[in-house]
Amino acid sequence: MKLSNLIIWFRQKPRIAFFMCLPLIIMVTCLIIYPFFYSIFLATLNKAETKFVGLANFFFLFKRETFWLVVQQSIFFALVAVFFKALIGFIAAHSINELPSKGQRKWRGMLLIPWVIPPALSTLGWWWLFEPTYSALNWLLEKLSVEAIPWLSETFWARFSIILVNIWVGAPFFLIMYLAALKSIPEDLYEAASIDGANYWQKLFFITIPMMKNIISITILFSIIVTFANFDIVRVLTRGGPIDTTHLFATYAFRVGIESGDIPLGAAVSLFMFPVLAILSFIILRNVRKRANEV
Amino acid sequence: MKIFSYRNSINSNRKWALFAAYGCLILFVIFFLFPPYYMLITSLKSNKEIAEITSNPWLIKQGLTLEHYKYLFNETPFLTFFKNTIIVTIAVVVISMVISVLAAYSLSRLKFWGSGVLATGIFLTYLVPDTLLFIPLFKIVGWLGLLNSYWVLVLVYPTLSVPFCTWLMIGYFSSIPKEIDEAALIDGANHMQMLLKVFVPVAMPGLIAATIFAFTVSWAGFLYPLAFIYSESEMVLTVGTVTTLIKGDVFHWGGLMAGALLAAAPPVIVYAFLMDYYIAGLTSGATKG
Repeated sequence: MKLSNLIIWFRQKPRIAFFMCLPLIIMVTCLIIYPFFYSIFLATLNKAETKFVGLANFFFLFKRETFWLVVQQSIFFALVAVFFKALIGFIAAHSINELPSKGQRKWRGMLLIPWVIPPALSTLGWWWLFEPTYSALNWLLEKLSVEAIPWLSETFWARFSIILVNIWVGAPFFLIMYLAALKSIPEDLYEAASIDGANYWQKLFFITIPMMKNIISITILFSIIVTFANFDIVRVLTRGGPIDTTHLFATYAFRVGIESGDIPLGAAVSLFMFPVLAILSFIILRNVRKRANEV
Repeated sequence: MKIFSYRNSINSNRKWALFAAYGCLILFVIFFLFPPYYMLITSLKSNKEIAEITSNPWLIKQGLTLEHYKYLFNETPFLTFFKNTIIVTIAVVVISMVISVLAAYSLSRLKFWGSGVLATGIFLTYLVPDTLLFIPLFKIVGWLGLLNSYWVLVLVYPTLSVPFCTWLMIGYFSSIPKEIDEAALIDGANHMQMLLKVFVPVAMPGLIAATIFAFTVSWAGFLYPLAFIYSESEMVLTVGTVTTLIKGDVFHWGGLMAGALLAAAPPVIVYAFLMDYYIAGLTSGATKG
């Protein structure tokens, strides 16, 4: 083939389109799709990765109490944390939207700080706040004559602290999404409602929330994925302790797979996240498409 | 009279709402800002004051000191972490932007067999968290001989940044009127010229938002460096701060907080200046689809 022919062949629209996508396709195939299937394969091997053991790793996990604790914990953790993130985000976005427009940026900027700091680093600050001997939080409690709280050394409080930090990190994301959605609601809807005599709560429940329904559900689903798959906060605060009672799938997989060196078992642990992620992704995709059709 | 009372009730409603709004916001600001405030206070306190259990931990009474920052620069590999993070982040941002801008142009303007499926697939890969695949990736980067080198991050971080960047750029490119590229094509521009001379400048706000996203992913990443890197000389800021600055010594807190704050400073500065672009990109990505 002559060079000029080659150039013409290359310049045809579908081909050049395909070549422009090629880096992306290669990356996704080699570093997302292939590792995913490889992970399934890994999960069927024994610890030394020399022998095929079928589903033995999965059955082994089913018999472990810690594993069931991880399942419960991850679900409970995601639901509670996301509920409060959504609530705080909603109230904060709504409050900012009430302000005169000049002051809005300043408040928004301050409230976004937890979301801007890399979570592994801000969690260090929380860790120091929870530190048993010098805990600045317990110092405050003491001033209020409340008994000191064993923030990270008792299972209940360790779970509480992890959820608290997660809400702190994640609420600003809801704030941003809700604020953008609030701004997109046409002002005349509220004016019409005022003329009809609607009060604050009626406007909230019959205009604001219905208009934001789709964004609220997309943001919540997305946040459930991120929270469910969280690693940084638990890792820095408790490392899964005390006695493995605060692990999530990700931290447990890390403990088993990387730290204890049982890679197949670790792969099996993280694969358990997949069904939940797949279902949530499917619903998000449907919502996003519906939204795209509306706009 | 009726109109008057109607106005009046609107005004009192407004006032009440504004009052409640400020009340809530003040509470949230306290809740959101007290941890960073406490980190800052700790980093500026002397070890002696940090160690005093009885004194108020929320204030500095015995004078400011920069000893923790000096310690960080002189006696820890903190600057190495900083340098590594900058190298990794620049490389990741460049790679992410090249891959995603090319793909977004192609997917928003030139259709080919399977391009629709690919666009949906990219959205789904955006929802794949790093915690799902770090174990198989651990094996794969081991074969490639990249374990314990920060270049491994340059390889794996784009899998987290590219899907969203592509998705975002598809949205921005699709909003450019088709007449513009027809005019450019008639003038004899090829696709590359059109992309670089027309699309990139017009979609600059989107490009900035995508760049910030890639920057954030790379700067804040924690799991991959923790799993793949174990030598201090190869560590990045997040992992280096969390793992190496915590020493057995009881009074390491000042240095640790100073390290965390300095490591968090670049993203905070970037956001302070470019927040509006980023938020516009982020919310349009999710709302427009």
